[in-house]
Amino acid sequence: MPKNCTFGIINCKALSILKIAGVSKRYADHVALQDVNFEIPAGSIFGLLGPNGAGKTSLIRIITQITGADSGEVYFRNEKLKPDHIKYIGYLPEERGLYKKMKVGEQLLYLAQLKGLSKSDATQKIKSWIHKLDIASWMNKNVEELSKGMQQKVQFVATVMHEPELIILDEPFSGFDPINANIIKDEILELREKGSTIIFSTHRMESVEELCDYIALINRSRKVLDGSVQDIKDIYKTDTYLVEGKGRLLVLSPDFEVLEQTENHGLFRASIKLLNNTKPNDLLRYLIPTVEIHSFREKIPSINDIFIQKVNENTHA
Amino acid sequence: MHKIWLIFQREYLVRVRKKSFIIMTLLAPLLLAAFLVIPVLLANISDKTEEIGVLDESGLFQNKFTSTPERKFVSLSGNLNNAKAKFLQSKLTGFLYIPKLNLDNPAGIRLYSKSNASIDNKLAIESSLRNEIENLKFQRSGIDRATLEDIKTDVAVSTTNLSDEGEKDNNAFVTSAAGYASAFLIYIFIFMYGVQIMRGVIEEKTSRIVEVIISSVKPFQLMMGKILGIAAVGLTQFLLWIILSSLVTSVIGAQFRDKMVPPPTTAAITANPENEYTASKKTNAMQEAFKAFDNLNLPLILGSFIFYFLGGYLLYGALFGAVGAAVDNETDTQQFMLPITIPLVMTFVVAQTVIIKNPDGPVAFWMSVIPFTSPIAMMIRIPFGVPTYQLLLSMVLLVLGFIATTWLAARIYRVGILMYGKKVNYKELSKWLFYKV
Repeated sequence: MPKNCTFGIINCKALSILKIAGVSKRYADHVALQDVNFEIPAGSIFGLLGPNGAGKTSLIRIITQITGADSGEVYFRNEKLKPDHIKYIGYLPEERGLYKKMKVGEQLLYLAQLKGLSKSDATQKIKSWIHKLDIASWMNKNVEELSKGMQQKVQFVATVMHEPELIILDEPFSGFDPINANIIKDEILELREKGSTIIFSTHRMESVEELCDYIALINRSRKVLDGSVQDIKDIYKTDTYLVEGKGRLLVLSPDFEVLEQTENHGLFRASIKLLNNTKPNDLLRYLIPTVEIHSFREKIPSINDIFIQKVNENTHA
Repeated sequence: MHKIWLIFQREYLVRVRKKSFIIMTLLAPLLLAAFLVIPVLLANISDKTEEIGVLDESGLFQNKFTSTPERKFVSLSGNLNNAKAKFLQSKLTGFLYIPKLNLDNPAGIRLYSKSNASIDNKLAIESSLRNEIENLKFQRSGIDRATLEDIKTDVAVSTTNLSDEGEKDNNAFVTSAAGYASAFLIYIFIFMYGVQIMRGVIEEKTSRIVEVIISSVKPFQLMMGKILGIAAVGLTQFLLWIILSSLVTSVIGAQFRDKMVPPPTTAAITANPENEYTASKKTNAMQEAFKAFDNLNLPLILGSFIFYFLGGYLLYGALFGAVGAAVDNETDTQQFMLPITIPLVMTFVVAQTVIIKNPDGPVAFWMSVIPFTSPIAMMIRIPFGVPTYQLLLSMVLLVLGFIATTWLAARIYRVGILMYGKKVNYKELSKWLFYKV
């Protein structure tokens, strides 16, 4: 992950694997994407976030060349997107499945060959993947004999077996059970270590927050926010601290504002906002003489909170 | 091209390895064998002699009934009531009563039997009686039977095509049959395999694999690979049928030759001269038919069969594929299937009635030129001989036709395969044609 990059909001000098430049797309009866711009740094885990119907899948279908943009361009490794790029991209669609009456091994081989792998290459890669995920014994079974969780593993292998540079996972955890989800998470992190870039597209922001280095928020066909998770949080933090302790909390200083406070059996819990450029230590100093403090931490907004805030701004603007 | 080839292979192998394909491929020749063998076996089983009693009060038919292996005639005496009683206690299967007869109006002859009399027995007896009564009448009028047979003349007109290429014997029946058979096969083939394309597309949609695939290949490649793969399945099946059927028929032919010719029923009636005459006429007709069959332009028929077979299949196959893409499951296909099935069914019906009777008429011409009807209509006409320019025109139009339907289908297909949970109507479909994807 390029640490020296202040990405998105300020210009980024890191190598980007994908650049979305002014992409618009409309269908007969609605606009799916409107002038969307952002870049995805190579080797990162990128969250493409937004509510259902925001335009995430439309954008992904443009990146995977299933459809074309009405205007704007997509650049893959600084080249305009072209059919040859398909083999460098792995895509796990939200609507995913396998041929039910086809053997797992044959199916993987077929899908790998469609991606442009030669038969011998494909066979070899499938072998290493099935050993890794411990699914070698399924190779001669028809897909319909597998459980749903097993099928998900096979689908994941089908997405990544050609070792794509860019892996796009649309709502990846919606169908996975928790155990598989963890296995997949580990595999994704390992793929990133090996140099792949991963795009997560989801409307469940909390599910990817911990994994993503960068995000772009899309709402109603427009990008509303993008950048590194750290930068965004820095910008959206509100100098609010969460304090827990024992005693009677009484804040009378004009430098601090109590946003929320609860008391129970002599224990309190409060969110306190710093005003007039005061520092957290000032607050601590102010509190220590009157109460016993058990915990003190900064209240960092979740991506979800930021998103809701952003969406509300947009709606009211 | 490479990707179409990969898809082609998958579609082909998956279907050819299916149990239903193997069963169908083996079953058809076996059914054919059964059709050939079972009648012969059945005829041999029923070969047991029946005895029929004859009570002749007219006295005209003494020893005039010739017994055969199937039927033995026994003279009875006494009056009718007596004979009836005896008959009931005997093993006789039937009992023929001939009262005193007026030769000009022979009435009152009756065949009694314990159960319903067989039609064979009735016909054989009627034929014998008619023959004998005619003989008696000839005698009465002073005509000798032999002289009469001498006078009778058989005239049969053989038909011959006279063209620049020389003379060729033909046979309207054989020609029609050849045309009808090939048209029927094309009709069946388009339906059977067209529906397979549709099912294949629906399967990909419902199993949700389609988006995975089209992130690797173009929708058009997926559609073409599927259509061509299934065409190859059809050709394979057809080829295997021809090979297996000819094997089966030649084996059966060798096993049953002596039993099959002459068939037992004709053997029974060859006893009298008139029947002998019809029998020989039959063999003549058979020989003529075989000769006519040899004289059919088989390379042309086979060549154009393959062409129209594939052309018609590709034309309709693309449309079946588009229907599959437009719906979510097979029950929704009805409204879109109708415009595809109507031209096919209509052509097949018209072909059997109008075209086969008048293979050079205007209906035949137009239907054999328009791409939607030509695969069936032209195949009916070809054995009768079609002017070269018409054949070429029809072929060119068919090629243009399937390019057009494939284009049309591809535009519907690329939109339809990613569309879920939407009931589509024709208005919606026509919009898809102009979507920019």
